[in-house]
This record gives sequence, structure tokens and C-alpha cells, in this order.
Amino acid sequence: MNKVIFDEAGCKGCVLCVDVCPKKILAPDKSRVNAKGYNPVVCNNMADCTACAICAKICPDSIITVERG
Amino acid sequence: MPNPNNEATRRVVYEKSRGLTDTPLTYCPGCTHGTINKLIAETLVELDVLEKSIAIAPVGCSVLAYEFFNCDAIQAAHGRAPAVATGIKRAEPSKVVFTYQGDGDLASIGTAEIIHAAHRGENITVIFVNNAIYGMTGGQMAPTTLVDQKTSTSPFGRAEATTGKPILVSEMMATIPSATYIERVSAHDVPHITKTKRAIKKAFENQINGKGFSMVEVLAGCPVGWNLSPVDSMKFIAETMIPYFPLGVYKDEGVAV
Repeated sequence: MNKVIFDEAGCKGCVLCVDVCPKKILAPDKSRVNAKGYNPVVCNNMADCTACAICAKICPDSIITVERG
Repeated sequence: MPNPNNEATRRVVYEKSRGLTDTPLTYCPGCTHGTINKLIAETLVELDVLEKSIAIAPVGCSVLAYEFFNCDAIQAAHGRAPAVATGIKRAEPSKVVFTYQGDGDLASIGTAEIIHAAHRGENITVIFVNNAIYGMTGGQMAPTTLVDQKTSTSPFGRAEATTGKPILVSEMMATIPSATYIERVSAHDVPHITKTKRAIKKAFENQINGKGFSMVEVLAGCPVGWNLSPVDSMKFIAETMIPYFPLGVYKDEGVAV
């Protein structure tokens, strides 16, 4: 399965990745805040991920790693 | 069919560039400075020049860029990055020297330095981040602020009658005979980010090949300074900034296009 890995501590909750994801499987986790005080973005349906890495390319803070496998 | 749980068949499609340090970026959420920082970092790694690169950080939001780029760096007085780059490049011509400057830095207090660095045909690379506002100091009006755009010092919008129209830096720089490569790009979505990376790569290749002065102007977002969400600020670039600041190559190989 493809994998999107977030370095959650670095997420600033800008949600640019959520906006550009073609599969619309990313969302901020409203139940948690990271040390910076933001809701970290998580992937809710990894099975649908195509590993296109568009989320990672737009992430200004380079906190997303995408693996195909 | 490969076993999906077999770690040996996994392939990293995208990860943080080793051209960036582990220091967390100090930019606001959704600020495209981070995007442009990583494009430069990726480019330096791909061109295999990271170890001999020297960054010149400006004054502004990106003043701490020397903490982020995983190469040697120095921070210049406001607007003077091209002058510092000139000195370093002339003393160490084998190094890859680039300045990273915002519009408050390059298009305002540093106008003389950037024009004359291009005028002398210095063999350096300039990355000019134009977000139409002074971000770090609190969202004041910049020379690049759009007419009617609200900022903390133009609360009713920039008034053309008293403050003129935004300066078009790429168009101006393209008139300088000794400038080699001038292009304006944008960082508001992934297709444009890909084009931005291509332009940045070309600007560095020009320097490595001794072709002279290259500048890439990148239209960038300032969600906090613009009082917009990060997603809306990307739309603002596409719908409002690009019509005034047209994208494209303004000069290539020293020939206006």
C-alpha cells in the first residue's frame, strides 16, 4: 500500500495539502493539537492514495514523505 | 504482484530535501517562502553543488534562511545581498553564490544594488520572492503592493494617486543590457511550482556555466499579511496577482524575449 507520512510536530495546519489532494483523503485531525498548537493533517483513507505526492510538493514545510509500495 | 507489506519493494516518491537543515522553518502557516526554500534546496542537490554553494540571506521574513539552507550562508544588510554576493563570487569564483530576497528587500531599499549587480553582469543567481507586502514587519505596503490592496499602512487600499502603481521588477530588469536571464514564475499550485523549479534550475545552471546574471521572480503568498487563509491566498495569486504580474521569460541568454 502507498504511504503518506506526516512529520506531525512540524505541521502548521495550513491545509494546502488537503486542498490539492486529488483523492480528497487528507484532513486536519480536529481532535488533537501538536506542540505548535495546530490540528495536524492526517490521511483518512490510505488505501485510496496513489502516491502522486502532490501534497508533499505543495507542503511549504516539507513535512510530508510519500512512499510507493 | 509484489507483496504490499514487503519493505524492500517500497520506494520513496518524495521526501524532505537534504539541501534543507532539520531546523523547523519559521514562516507562518501556508507561507510559500517554505516552498521556494525547498525548491532551491532540491535544485542545489540535483545539480550536485550543495557543498560549494553560498546563500546570501536578506532582511525580511526569510532573514533566517541561513538556518534553513544546508550550505554556507551569510546574512546581508537590508537590500544589500547582491553587493555581498558580488564580493563573495569575485573572491571565490568556483563557488555557487545566490541571493534570496523579498520584495521589501530587493524592490525597495535594495533597488540600487540589484540593478547594478545586473548592470555589471555579475555571475550570480538571484531568487526574488514577490508577495506584494512587507511580511516580517507587520504587513505594510510594499512597492509591489497592488492598487487597492489593503495593508496595515494602506488600510483603505493602495491609492494610485498618491503611491503609484506596483513596480514591475522583471520587466525593469530585462531592460538591463548585461542581465542574462530574467523570468517571472509563481508558487501557488503544483504545476506552477514545477515550472518555478525549472526556472530556478536554469538560473543556477547559468551561473555554473559562467553565463552571468540570472534572476527568477517568484510570485508568493502571504496569508497572514493579506488577511486570507492559505488556500485563499493561493487563489489571490492566481486571480489577482498574475494578471498584473504576467508570468514568463523576460530575457534569456541576454536577449529580450
